[in-house]
Amino acid sequence: MKHVSVAGKLVTLLLSAAFLVACSSSSTKEDEEAAAAAAAAAAAARAAQDAAASSASAADADRQRLMDAASAYGNVFYFAYDSSNLTPEAIGALDAHIAVLKTTNGNVRLEGHTDERGTREYNLALGERRANSVRDYMVLNGIANYRIEAISYGEERPLAYGSGEANWAQNRRVELVVAN
Amino acid sequence: MKNLVAAMLSVVLFLTTAAARADLTIEITQGSDNPTAIAVVPLAWQGPGTAPEDVSLVVESDLLRSGQFSPVARADMLGMPSTQEEVFYRDWRALETEYLLIGKATPGPNAGLRVDYELFDVLRQTRVFSGYESGPASDARMLGHRVADKIYEHLTGVRGAFATRLLYVSVTRGGPGNKDYYRLTMSDSDGARPIVLLESREPLLAPAWAPDARQIAYVSFETGRPAIFRQDLATGQREQLTNFQGLNSAPAWSPDGKTMAMVLSKDGNPDIFLMDLATRQLTNITNNYAIETEPAWMPDGKALLFTSDRGGKPQIYRYDLANGATKRISFEGTYNARARVAQDGRNVVLVHQADGNFNIAVLDLVTNRMQVLTSTQLDESPSIAPNGSMVLYATKFGDRGILAAVSADGGAKFRLPSREGDVREPAWSPYLSAK
Repeated sequence: MKHVSVAGKLVTLLLSAAFLVACSSSSTKEDEEAAAAAAAAAAAARAAQDAAASSASAADADRQRLMDAASAYGNVFYFAYDSSNLTPEAIGALDAHIAVLKTTNGNVRLEGHTDERGTREYNLALGERRANSVRDYMVLNGIANYRIEAISYGEERPLAYGSGEANWAQNRRVELVVAN
Repeated sequence: MKNLVAAMLSVVLFLTTAAARADLTIEITQGSDNPTAIAVVPLAWQGPGTAPEDVSLVVESDLLRSGQFSPVARADMLGMPSTQEEVFYRDWRALETEYLLIGKATPGPNAGLRVDYELFDVLRQTRVFSGYESGPASDARMLGHRVADKIYEHLTGVRGAFATRLLYVSVTRGGPGNKDYYRLTMSDSDGARPIVLLESREPLLAPAWAPDARQIAYVSFETGRPAIFRQDLATGQREQLTNFQGLNSAPAWSPDGKTMAMVLSKDGNPDIFLMDLATRQLTNITNNYAIETEPAWMPDGKALLFTSDRGGKPQIYRYDLANGATKRISFEGTYNARARVAQDGRNVVLVHQADGNFNIAVLDLVTNRMQVLTSTQLDESPSIAPNGSMVLYATKFGDRGILAAVSADGGAKFRLPSREGDVREPAWSPYLSAK
């Protein structure tokens, strides 16, 4: 969203520069003034572009660091049946993610999932409880709430198809996804 | 912005008929103990060439699927009468047939079709009932369903529900690293003539019918988050009703069509809300830290049932709109969820867990007796026919999601496996026409 608004401003600046050029027609002095104004506008546009590029590259670097953390510490946290309590393994991985989040500005999305047992709507609610449980732990440990989006897919997106505990255990999870 | 573009790319709306990718086939697995023997003689075709549809076969299949009838095999018939004069009762007595249905199909003006039928009581040797149905020839199957409805009602005293439709979600797995394809599909009550209403790479779930059967509601993740949509079946026009943070799910139309019950977790945890569809005003009817979900209206519109785990495990509660009183109504079993109420306001079908398996059960609100109807392991999403006779539900067969049905007394069962993919979340339509 940030990128869109910077790009939007850029477009506005360029358009106003073009407008000024188009308006100037009669006298030479006016032409000169218009040319100067257009040059100033173009310079401002270049500055905005540079600023956008540098903030974009900073954001990209933050995203890359978060994605590196996801692959280093794991981005999937598992849960027991009908439970939204964090396991010691999940807490260990989350602490590592939290440390990285504190030194970056990127946002994350927490996607809660369940196994196929139980009703779909109840599982949507349970998946949300799991995602919220991870979110709450992060917030409690100093990550701003606005940087985290918790969402539930319930049982709609299994990692492992098929029944039985081996499959179910893989599906009861929260996935940490680095936001765009 | 990005989400909107993604949504437009990921959802394909089908305005009219589209390729049928989730054809359902029927396998009858259990019949009732004392079915009525009936011979459904193929209709005599009065037009040129061959008939556009074997309407008699539609009637016969409907009656067979109900579990209450055992149709005579065509190969065993000693004659194929189409008028009363051609009926020889002794031929049908020899086959131990109790009833005989004959008739003719006639092409009408404007590509129309008319089906005239007569029902005979073989033992009493009398004609007991006759009538006709007419409509476009392209809708010949629906004429068959309407004939079956009339025969069913005449012989059982209960209005037939064959001339109805089903909604369901079918899913084709995308393969490793690929997203699945989700399709919202509408078919005849026997699974025939499937029409894909909506296709998406993001989850679609919770299809629900408006009481007039002209609109549907469902949950789509096409925006990257769950949102409730409603869609007009005739025009295909759709409208996003909710876009709140958190869950937006389980839409359920009130019997008068003016209010939609739904689940929102915008205030922190899932609660039941009522949306006035004219003003979009929301009223919160549950408010505590538990999961409250799966609202279902009582047929009189004066109360709702819902699932809550406020007692530790999911159980069914009843909310009275007049005074706001809430009371628990399910006690047997550790897990009772997703109630749907029959039109009689008495029988409630739900998902019931006992011995580790999830089954479909019916709870009688008068006697408080719970009867388990199914015996497979992962049965869910029960939906009851508008006449209360059958319960459609989703289950697993092998490694695939399929639809199955059981009669409300547990006597008759059949499966509707899809030829491809997983099928889930059936929703049986209301009656399509006023009686």
